[in-house]
This record gives sequence, structure tokens and C-alpha cells, in this order.
Amino acid sequence: MSILIDQNTNVIVQGITGRDGSFHARTMISDGTNVVAGVTPGKGGQTAEGVPVYNNVGEAMDAHRVDASVIFVPAKFATAAVREAADAGVPLIIAITEGVPELEMLETYHYVRGKGLTLIGPNCPGLISPGKSKIGIMPWRIHKEGDIGVISRSGTLTYEVVYNLTTNGMGQSTCVGIGGDPIVGSNFIDMLERYEADPGTSAVVVIGEIGGEDEEAAAEYIKNNMKKPVVAFISGRTAPPGKRMGHAGAIISGGKGTPAAKVQAFTDAGVPVADKPDEIPGLLRQRLG
Amino acid sequence: MKIHEYQAKELFAEYGIPVEPQHVVDNAEDAVEAARKIGETVVVKAQVLVGGRGKAGGVKLAKTPEEAGTAAREILSLTIKDIPVEKVMITRAAEIEQEFYMGLTTDRAAKQLILMMSKAGGVDIEDLAVNRPEEIIRFHINPVDGIDEAGLKNALEEVFETPELVAQADEAVRKMYRLYLEKDSSLVEINPYARIDGNTLKALDAKVNFDDNALFKHPELEELRNKEEYSADELEARQSGLSFVSMDGEIGCIVNGAGLAMATMDIIKLYGGTPANFLDVGGSSNPEKVLNALRIITRNPKVKGILINIFGGITRCDDIAKGILMAMEQIDMDLPMVIRLIGTNDEEGRNMLAEKGISAHQKLSDAVEQVVESA
Repeated sequence: MSILIDQNTNVIVQGITGRDGSFHARTMISDGTNVVAGVTPGKGGQTAEGVPVYNNVGEAMDAHRVDASVIFVPAKFATAAVREAADAGVPLIIAITEGVPELEMLETYHYVRGKGLTLIGPNCPGLISPGKSKIGIMPWRIHKEGDIGVISRSGTLTYEVVYNLTTNGMGQSTCVGIGGDPIVGSNFIDMLERYEADPGTSAVVVIGEIGGEDEEAAAEYIKNNMKKPVVAFISGRTAPPGKRMGHAGAIISGGKGTPAAKVQAFTDAGVPVADKPDEIPGLLRQRLG
Repeated sequence: MKIHEYQAKELFAEYGIPVEPQHVVDNAEDAVEAARKIGETVVVKAQVLVGGRGKAGGVKLAKTPEEAGTAAREILSLTIKDIPVEKVMITRAAEIEQEFYMGLTTDRAAKQLILMMSKAGGVDIEDLAVNRPEEIIRFHINPVDGIDEAGLKNALEEVFETPELVAQADEAVRKMYRLYLEKDSSLVEINPYARIDGNTLKALDAKVNFDDNALFKHPELEELRNKEEYSADELEARQSGLSFVSMDGEIGCIVNGAGLAMATMDIIKLYGGTPANFLDVGGSSNPEKVLNALRIITRNPKVKGILINIFGGITRCDDIAKGILMAMEQIDMDLPMVIRLIGTNDEEGRNMLAEKGISAHQKLSDAVEQVVESA
């Protein structure tokens, strides 16, 4: 089992004829994902990466059963692409695009939620249920089928953690990169709820970072609602306040988003916090008994 | 992006938020002239992009034009938190009868804008939030719905005592909100928002930050950019498409991905070293980027060792290896360098390096341990 996506998930790629969209559509297909169509305005009727291209999401929905859409369009057009997918009723929308304006995202967040749909990202690597489906940009081969859920605000750091899990014989049910922007479509809690309910997940790794208070909210949620063991990791413990560390959301400002507060919140919730990624498998093993 | 107080006040004036007339000068003679024009006691304020300038001696009162000149000369010779003061702002020293705080920003958790107000103006709002949080009145605005009129009035009445002041503050909030939305801000703050000359509320200080991701929509804001917001290295890195932040330590880092770059710095600290920088080469694998990254890092005299940590996804390890080899030919490097390569095309990358007698780690902890020992 897994959360959000499995071997039956049909995916469309918005921006499939662009540089990033075409490359990752090809990679997703070769990794076994059911990519059924692509969307690029003005290129309807063409074929890209072996799948039909449509002018808009609605046309693709008319011709195919679509469970998810992944967005690779440039930042200037990203929220319009999300809204287009939402208007067409795509249940799961994944925005990979980096550099999306915050206020646009704020309005889009409410727009998508208002329709009862799920948005992951933006500025995220996507998600993968190893052995079943991958929607995003992560390297397939470091993953292994299993029962550990992974949620993260970052990309390559997630690969680092997954690599440590896989080389220690711990496979993953689903790994979700929720994105490194201040406003993202789904927060840690949205994913934790799903992992708690998923019979295929027996423990969860939460990879947080400085900035915002999503980790603190997750810790509170875990304390009150979760039976499954959770292990955490926080990056940015050496980051100076007031400086944006790459991710738009990774900034300690107004005395908020400090690593100390996040570590404390997890510790108070009974969630062990690893000092380095290679400690995570051991902490999971202790908790799983 | 941050801007100076005087730039923020110019924006305030454009949006109709009341401010005092101001003069911005970069020398003592012009300061004397500005004070003469104002014709009463003035305040001379350092224009720097960091907080705490009052404590650093960057704000002075001057009763005469001559005093204003002396104050300007002193302030212009200051360096506040490593930033030399290049400009001062001169304005009338108004008699302050009461000070308030007003700030508008994005509440990430609530997914709304949040207006924060307090009767305890002029103080450090971060301290206030920690020590006397009950003195901050919070009012949320969902930009989808706009301002809830009645709700705003109630919130304002908790802070401002008379209908006259409530009306002025209400007007100011609407203008702050319009500025926030129209310019894609991430912070619009007035501290102090002061009652002067009897019953007039004015912004005696102003702070406006903009969302970097939205700057492409606002070419007019480009003119407000201050190069001193970033170090020379940070600016050069930005031009090369690198995300870079200067730090104080001794180990230069080159990493792909922001989360992994932060974690790498943290692990260096854990092993007893200190990071010299945050550097994310980004997702593409252009070898030139590695070359430029090494140029910037090796120029820093504090650096005693270099760690390259790459987890290949979109980034290909062979491209990184190519960049490292290019750099070794073009840059005179006698610093110990430790490399960790894993992920996409790591075999190829490792083989390219091995041909030149360079080895690369697979495990991050091993690489960090080695660079900390050798630095």
C-alpha cells in the first residue's frame, strides 16, 4: 500500500513540450509511471514522449481517465496552470515549478482547497511510491519498496535520507516532497493523516527545516493523533537569522522558525530528532522494536 | 528584497500614508543645508538595511544646522553590523505624544495576511511577541475575501482610543494593504506609528520587504535595489546562478539542493568544524557553475578546506567531476578538498576523478569527518 499514488494512477504532464517537462515525462515513463497525456497550449494534436498532447487540461480529461497532473511550466504561468487543473477537477495536482510568487500561491491555495482537491508543492521534487508510480523528478533507483513513509520540505536532502533507508534495508511506502516555499499546497499534517491511515506504512520520517512553524504544528499533531512511530530531522541548525537559505521558506525571521523551537517541539511530542541523516535508520529500528 | 527607510517612506508617500518630509544626504555640508531648510530640531538617521541602528549610534538629534552636520559626519563614519553607512536621512524631530506599532505580513500557518498592532510602539516587536504577547492585537486578512470592515474596526478600537485616531489608522491600514498587494510585499511595517502635533498619526519609521519571487512583475522596484544587501561574493554567485550565503567559518561548501546544503553545514558543525558558506549549485549540472563556485570559495582567506557534496538527481555527477577538473586546471588551489559523489552517473564521475588521482567518498559522514580533520 501507499498514499496518494499507486500502480493505477494515471498522470498528465502540464508543460510536456518544455525542456524540463519533456525530460521528466520521459524519465517518469521509463520508471514505469502511467503517463497518459501531456498539455501544452497551442500544441494540441501533437505527440510528445509517445503520448498525445492537448491544448488544455479539460481536453485531456475528456479523452482519458486522469488521476493526477504534474506541472513543469515556468514560474510566471505556474499558478494559472494549477487553477486550470483544479477547474478541470484533477484530484491530485503536483507543482514542481520553483520561484512562484507568494501572494499568487496564497490565493491559489484557497482556490484548490475550496474545490476539495489536493495540491503538492510548488518548489518540490514530487512524490514516489516505489515499485508503483513516480510523479516528479527524484532518482527512481535509490528507492526500494517498503513500509516507511517519508515527508520533506526539500529535494536532495530527501534523497540523502532515502539512500540511508534503502542501504539499511528499509524500503518506503511513499515519499512526498511538500516543497520549500512559505506557502505550499499541502503541509506535513495533511500527509501525516494519510500515513496514519495507510495500512502499508508502519513508520514515518519527517524532514523539516528552518522557517515557518509547520514542524511545530506537525509535532502537536503527532502527539495527539498518531500511533505510528515518527522520526524527525531538521536542517539549517547553523543558519544565521534573517538570511534566506536557498528555499524561499528557509529563513529565520521575526524570531520564528528557529531550529531550537522545532527540535524542542518534536522532542516534547516523543519524536526523536536525528543529528545526521545516517542516524535515521537506527532511530526507526529502535522505535519499531 | 529589502529597501531603506527613506525608500519605504517614499513609497508610503506615494500611497498616501502620512510621513514627515525628508532629506537624504551623503555628506555633512548637505546635512547642514537640509537642517537649515527644515528650520527646527531635526533627527539624523543612518540608512542601513539592518536593525539596531539606534543602539549603534546611528540615530541622533540635532538642535542647529551645525549640530546636524556634526551628527551626519559621525554617523557617516560608522559601520553598523559590518555595513558602512553611506547615507543619512534628515527629518523634523516631531514631539511624540504616543507611539504605536503596525505591521502587515504573511501568516504562513494561517495562509492569510496578518495585521499586527500594539500600543507598545517603538519597541522591538520581536521582544514584545516573546515577552508580552498579549499586548499585540492580531487581525487576519484573507486576500481572496479582502478586509472584513467591521472586524478591522473592532481590532483598531482595541489599540486606538478615540474615533479620530481609529479613522486615521483605518485609512493607513487600507493603504498598507494596497501597497502590500500591488507591490508583492512580504512585510510592510510602521514602528513607531506615532501621534504627533496633537492628534495626527504619522509613520516615523518605515520598513518594506518584497517577495523575491515576484520581482519579475515589478521592474520599477529594480531601481530601489541596494547592492549592499548582499556581499560581493553573494552578488557574484547570484550572477552565476548559484544560491550563496556568506558565513564566518573555515570550511567552504559546494552542495546541490538547499536542504542538503543546510544539512551539510550542520554536520560540519557536528564534527567540530565551522562552515564558511551556504552554497547551492542548483538543479542543472553545468560544469561552469562548479568552476565559479570554487572561484568564489577559494578567494575567501578564512577558508582552510573545501567540501563538495553532490547527491545526483537532475544534477549529474560526471558534470560535477568535469567542473572540478576544469577548476583544478584554472584556479591555483592548495587547499585540501574532499569530494562526495553519489546518485546519477556517480560511477562515471568517480572514474574521471580517479584518472587524475582524486578519490571521492560515498558516505556523507566520512567526507565531513575527513574535511574537518584536514582543515
